[in-house]
Amino acid sequence: MFKSLLALLRRDLRLAIRHGGESLMPLLFLFAVLILVPLGVGPGPNLLSAIAPGMVWVAALLASLLALEGLFRPDLEDGTLEQWWTAPAPVGLLVTTRLFSHWLITGLPVILFAPLAAQMLYLPDHALPVLMLTLVIGTPILSLIGGLASALTLGTKRGSVLLSILIFPLVVPVLIFATGAVSAVADGLSPQAHLGLLTSLLILAVVLAPLATTAALKLNVE
Amino acid sequence: MWQTIKVGFHKLGSPPIFYRVCQVLSPWLWAGFAVSLVIGLYYALYVVPPDYQQSDSFRILYIHVPSAWQAMAGYLVMSILAVIALVWRIRTTEIMAMSAAPIGAAFTLICLATGSIWGRPMWGTFWAWDARLTSMLILLFIYLGIMGLYAAFEDKRKGARVACILILVGLVNIPIIHFSVEWWTTLHQGRGISFVGESTMDASMKPPLIWMIVATKLLFTAALLDRSRNELIEQDRRKGWIRQKLGASV
Repeated sequence: MFKSLLALLRRDLRLAIRHGGESLMPLLFLFAVLILVPLGVGPGPNLLSAIAPGMVWVAALLASLLALEGLFRPDLEDGTLEQWWTAPAPVGLLVTTRLFSHWLITGLPVILFAPLAAQMLYLPDHALPVLMLTLVIGTPILSLIGGLASALTLGTKRGSVLLSILIFPLVVPVLIFATGAVSAVADGLSPQAHLGLLTSLLILAVVLAPLATTAALKLNVE
Repeated sequence: MWQTIKVGFHKLGSPPIFYRVCQVLSPWLWAGFAVSLVIGLYYALYVVPPDYQQSDSFRILYIHVPSAWQAMAGYLVMSILAVIALVWRIRTTEIMAMSAAPIGAAFTLICLATGSIWGRPMWGTFWAWDARLTSMLILLFIYLGIMGLYAAFEDKRKGARVACILILVGLVNIPIIHFSVEWWTTLHQGRGISFVGESTMDASMKPPLIWMIVATKLLFTAALLDRSRNELIEQDRRKGWIRQKLGASV
């Protein structure tokens, strides 16, 4: 069972590496957004440092949307997805593995480059660790919700517009608690309550999202 | 007795019988809605004395609160229908769940609009990013997402079942809306009405509210049955039984 999960993970990562430039698109997109913000709202450090947590998070959210279109669709089209039901591992775990590789490709680079993004927007230095922490907890939720939405829209023709409409209401709590935590630290308060709620969202998403995603995939494969 | 109820319930899964039941019930529900609406509005607008602080403007509450409740209750009804549709794969419940979404969205919109109109003189603003207001707005977008997802599928049965999964995912928002005024104390006031125990609302303001709540429940049910019947006609318009019901001219 673990063998097939590992094989899937290895295949996904290898595909991502071979596609090179395409896999870097979310990260480039993130920085495009972050460069446009100071140019759009004005480069004043006070204003920028106030909106920094929110902007980094909105940019991370938009970046995670980019790779969703290719999450299940190519596999559905070439028939690989149907093979998942004959694999030795349960489909739910295969789904989780696929989402994990999606997170490695889109979520992890965002976390690694967050210090740079924080500098660009003058985020106070003492708030940076909490920003990183919220990204570590929060970006997997984005991948899980994104995976669910892309499984739901798999059977439709114009999926990508619908995709963002479905994701938006579901990620609002993530955005609220993540930016709440960072803003609390920046104002000299404790981020504990926000981080606790964010973690509970992660637990909820890890437990329930793969189940719903599997059910949606099954309906679309039938 | 039990057996007859059970058989009768099972029969509702058959589209022609479901169609007939909707057709028979609908006029009674609409009539009940009209009566309770007239009574409720009469009491709300003429009988209840003005509020000591808000004078007459509080009367919008009689539209705002019942539609907010119905927006959430409608979601619960839709979720129950979605569970039945997903577990037993009954086509009429799929159609009912999909017909409930636009009605729920309409109630959510009424709630947001009346709240906004009420907020302007009382809070001094049309909108605030308060927990309850935001979660209600999210509810609206979940409703719209369900409708959009269903509409995007060519195969209506498949679309309905996929949208049913989304309905159950969106269910997590309902307790958040309900408890938002207790968990986060921001602008929106706490719960003012309770049926068990003491209300913070004056007793004289309560009867019209109950009438209006009954009215919105009846409106929801009547609209749900009519919408489901329309959806059934649209999906089965080429089938024999529906042509027979509508007269052979179609």
